[in-house]
Amino acid sequence: MKKLYTSFEEAVVEIKDGMTIMVGGFGLVGIPENLIKAVREKNVKDLTVISNNCGVDDWGLGLLLSNKQIKKMIASYVGENKEFERQVLSGELEVQLVPQGSLAEKIRAGGAGIPAFYTPAGVGTPIAEGRETRVFNGKEYLLEEAFKADVSLVRAWKADKLGNLVYRKTAQNFNPMMAAAGKVTIAEVEEIVEVGELDPDEIHTPSIYVQGLIVGKQEKRIERLTVQA
Amino acid sequence: MSKNVRIQIAKRAEKEIQDGFYVNLGIGMPTMVANYISENKNIFLQSENGLLGIGPYPTEGEVDPDLINAGKETVTAIPGASYFSNAESFAMIRGGHIDLAILGGMEVAENGDLANWMIPGKMIKGMGGAMDLVHGAKKVVVIMEHVNKAGQPKILKKCSLPLTGQSVVNRIITDRAVIDVTGNGLELIEVVEGYTIEDIQNSTEPQLIISDKVLSKQN
Repeated sequence: MKKLYTSFEEAVVEIKDGMTIMVGGFGLVGIPENLIKAVREKNVKDLTVISNNCGVDDWGLGLLLSNKQIKKMIASYVGENKEFERQVLSGELEVQLVPQGSLAEKIRAGGAGIPAFYTPAGVGTPIAEGRETRVFNGKEYLLEEAFKADVSLVRAWKADKLGNLVYRKTAQNFNPMMAAAGKVTIAEVEEIVEVGELDPDEIHTPSIYVQGLIVGKQEKRIERLTVQA
Repeated sequence: MSKNVRIQIAKRAEKEIQDGFYVNLGIGMPTMVANYISENKNIFLQSENGLLGIGPYPTEGEVDPDLINAGKETVTAIPGASYFSNAESFAMIRGGHIDLAILGGMEVAENGDLANWMIPGKMIKGMGGAMDLVHGAKKVVVIMEHVNKAGQPKILKKCSLPLTGQSVVNRIITDRAVIDVTGNGLELIEVVEGYTIEDIQNSTEPQLIISDKVLSKQN
């Protein structure tokens, strides 16, 4: 059985100043809402955060940003956040932008024991300046190194007490790769069931990748509510 | 750009989509193309965040906060849709399984270089999935206005803005024309009503090859 936390404060106990953490989600969908709030409460500083986006001004990773806990942000798109722009322009925050597919694969590779790989994305663009490329079959590719994290914070729909995870719809996004790429992975889930209740055919993240679990009540804020006219 | 112009471009871009295609539509004007897809075509729209088979926007009762597109808008999924991780999503994209990507553009060069993600001196928001998409999709179509707000060409000999990808664009659809990127240069294949071949050449920096199709229409 995995560690079943009952307090979010305890669930983020492994996170220390200066660590690299991965945080699941795409926009505000599939983010571990309560774990992020607990990291803010803990007030750890100088974090390197790997996540596709950086939340919005008052939610998600925006909460860590406004509390000046992030030293470096690694993401593919960061446009939704005024405080982000302010900190970048003032030099308080370092940013590394990575093409979304390369970001996903760098994290996947980190969890899968692949130190680096070649991809066409970014060749001939500013992100490739000064970096290693190689030609395969007449086409140029850029070397991308894997990412790992000291701690990964992920969000799933259901878990069993062993830590097997099932995601829901597009809340899956970066969570499975991050679960595998964290030395310690803590999953915030909507529901924990008994071992044997999840169909083994439907498990997205096998329990081997997960060290701790906690049930969280999700607000699931909607970033862009778009309905039929 | 006026709404009518955007609709005109989106409707023309829809013609690029064939029955049975797997298609990725970029954020912004490309997303509008979905509104004009013929009912006679069965296609799957892919969303980078992990959905193959995007459906219409939900009714208020159908809104699901766990179900969004790459533009973070609430959407629905059609029967036969699938959900997956971003790694799987970009394996699909990079692996050449997407038939067509329709993207917006700031500048396109005559060799097919595309710039659409950053303007020096302005806050850089990120490239999202664009740099992966331009290399993976079997065909890359850029839709944009023919000239910028100052009336200057956006189709150039060489892009002035930082690139999204080198030699990646196959076709450019604008409010004035449709132009293909070929091994010999840019080929004008359609002229929108109200414009002449000369108008298009005058608002395009590189020399255009004029397709026989266009010539026969004009004569």
